[in-house]
Amino acid sequence: MMKQLFPKQHVMGFIFSLALSVVALAVITFDMSYKMGMGILLVTALAQASVQLLLFMHIGESEDRRTLYTNIGYALFVGVVTILGTLFTMIWGYQIR
Amino acid sequence: MDTHHEQQFLILNEPMILAAMISIVVGGLSIFIGLTYFKKWGYLWREWITTVDHKKIGVMYILVALIMLFRGGVDALLMRGQTAMPENGLLDAQHYNEIFTTHGVIMILFMAMPFIIGLMNVVTPLQIGARDVAFPRLNSVSFWLFAAGAGLFNISFIIGGSPDAGWSAYFPLASLEFSPTVGNNYYALSLQIAGLGTLMTGINFVVTILKMRAPGMTLMKMPMFTWSVLITNVIIVFAFPVLTVALALMTMDRQFGTKFFAMQDGGMDMLWANLFWVWGHPEVYIVILPAFGIYSEIISTFARKNLYGYKSMVISMVAISLLSFVVWAHHFYTMGHGVMVNSVFSITTMLIAVPTGVKIFNWLLTLHKGKISFTTPMLYSLAFIPIFTIGGVTGVMLAMASADYQYHNTMFLVAHFHYVLIPGTVFAVIAGFHFWFPKVFGFRLNEKLGKLGFWFITISFNVAFFPLFILGLNGMTRRMYTYSESTGYGPLNMLSFIGAVGLGIGFIILVYNLYWSIRYSPRDESGDPWDARSLEWATHSPVPVYNFAKVPKINELDAFWFAKKNNESLNDEPYEKIHMPSNSGMPFLMSGAFFAAGFCAVFSWWIPAIVFTLLIFVFMGLRSFEQDHGYYISVEEVERTERELGGDKE
Repeated sequence: MMKQLFPKQHVMGFIFSLALSVVALAVITFDMSYKMGMGILLVTALAQASVQLLLFMHIGESEDRRTLYTNIGYALFVGVVTILGTLFTMIWGYQIR
Repeated sequence: MDTHHEQQFLILNEPMILAAMISIVVGGLSIFIGLTYFKKWGYLWREWITTVDHKKIGVMYILVALIMLFRGGVDALLMRGQTAMPENGLLDAQHYNEIFTTHGVIMILFMAMPFIIGLMNVVTPLQIGARDVAFPRLNSVSFWLFAAGAGLFNISFIIGGSPDAGWSAYFPLASLEFSPTVGNNYYALSLQIAGLGTLMTGINFVVTILKMRAPGMTLMKMPMFTWSVLITNVIIVFAFPVLTVALALMTMDRQFGTKFFAMQDGGMDMLWANLFWVWGHPEVYIVILPAFGIYSEIISTFARKNLYGYKSMVISMVAISLLSFVVWAHHFYTMGHGVMVNSVFSITTMLIAVPTGVKIFNWLLTLHKGKISFTTPMLYSLAFIPIFTIGGVTGVMLAMASADYQYHNTMFLVAHFHYVLIPGTVFAVIAGFHFWFPKVFGFRLNEKLGKLGFWFITISFNVAFFPLFILGLNGMTRRMYTYSESTGYGPLNMLSFIGAVGLGIGFIILVYNLYWSIRYSPRDESGDPWDARSLEWATHSPVPVYNFAKVPKINELDAFWFAKKNNESLNDEPYEKIHMPSNSGMPFLMSGAFFAAGFCAVFSWWIPAIVFTLLIFVFMGLRSFEQDHGYYISVEEVERTERELGGDKE
């Protein structure tokens, strides 16, 4: 009975998100290389976003989760294309300085 | 610098603008007096300004689009008139710059977009058997924000001066340094306001189509127009935020002294072109995909066949929607990229021709062995296929980066995108206008006048734009306001001008047809004058406020068509009371505040701009605490309305 009432998922999610925030904070408290810091931030950000979506917003439990996943996939596609594409056209592949 | 470059509040020293100003004042006054004399203010407020009915909002969108088509068309005629002869003095350089800028912005954002969104509004809820869109109040906000943006952009030429840096407003030309008038402030703020409305439309229609389809209508049983609307709105939701950010940065650069697009201090002028086209290329598909949907409906209706290759149509539209986000750099091949960038974007650009080609073949195969009836909308659709293909093939020519160094910014490019956008979008919305007109108003437009208009528009279009291909290959660049006789550009430009006049006559025939049909066209009692296939034809024309007395039940694509053939009913159950959203004046008033805030911001009058912006938030706050649960239409009233309209339809 107690087991069913206890919001295990939420508490786990809460602990996860705190832990992830602490790890992300480590990037500025500890002296580390730029690449290392960005790497840590990227990984913790992705994990944090999944925790929020899956454990708190219950995206996988709704009836139209396929629509939601498609939507997130599309948004990721457009976001990544816009950012990487801009870097590609304007910095990496740009000839005139 | 000649006299009217200088900053002035009212533009009074240019006779053409002065004449326009006087006619606007006279026109406005006569409308005001007319409304007062015939006591129509109450009617206007109750039935139109405060409406949340998707059909009426759609009609208002289309009305504004037609007015903008007139405005943009007059601009086009002036440009073609100016270039019709070498060394012509109709317009000076500055005025010419303002006119081609205005023409581009108006035709894309204030004509094509609202025409498409208007048809979307009228047709989509009917096609999916819904009573309205998902968020009717938001829909009204969308329309009025669009109207506020369009109004703000249109007053620029009499108050303060029009933008003059092209519809793409490239930096550094559009920066404060090189465009010191308020013109480009208008550009940034009016597009910002109208763009907010469009973004809301996008969200509204995605939700409507995903959530409000009639029972039994799975995604793969939706009419093709609805599919195209869904995909278009997904693109809107993902592309418009980029424009919002870019325009905000533009305003910051021009009015707050930031350096995002500056050439020094760490800024990058090319970043504007980049961001503009990250939005701008998907935008091209936002105006063309619904057109593909319109053609699909019309072609299958008048070929009396179901659409060939339904699945491949859907897949190719999804493919186009993804590809549309990865081709933007082809708009600036010549502006400093390396071979790698240009090669990648060449390939992605050519890839888009594949799904588009699939669609062309699907239409041809739908026509194959069909029982074709040559109505006005069908004529536009048939003309679209070959003309659009010319536009597509020249597009593939332009897609080759190395060859583009020859074509870039020449009249060849101008000819190409008019060959894509006019048959693609303009023919489609005119065809859709003829096709769905009887649904909204209960009578058809005259076919004879419609066909006359069609022939005028199609032939004149080719006369106006085909010469531009040759002029471009001969080296005439776009946006040049005049040229010397020795270039030899004169005769072909004159021919193009003659075509432009023909297009103007075609437009007049279109409007005359509207007038003639309102007065004399016989009323349509059937609700299905074309013997068509999808659900919007299953209810009465004009459509009652609740759309369907009983929500239809669907088990296949073209369910209405098969129900007609088998004499079946789409719903046998008794009437129920109908829940409807109530009208509200708040969207209109709120967009009035948007307009005022935008206008003050254009001139950097910050205190009134802040006051009006706060007013916007007051309206939003009021809305949050408003208790509005809509209203019910009783069974008796539904029965009475249905009897008056000629009996049960389903």
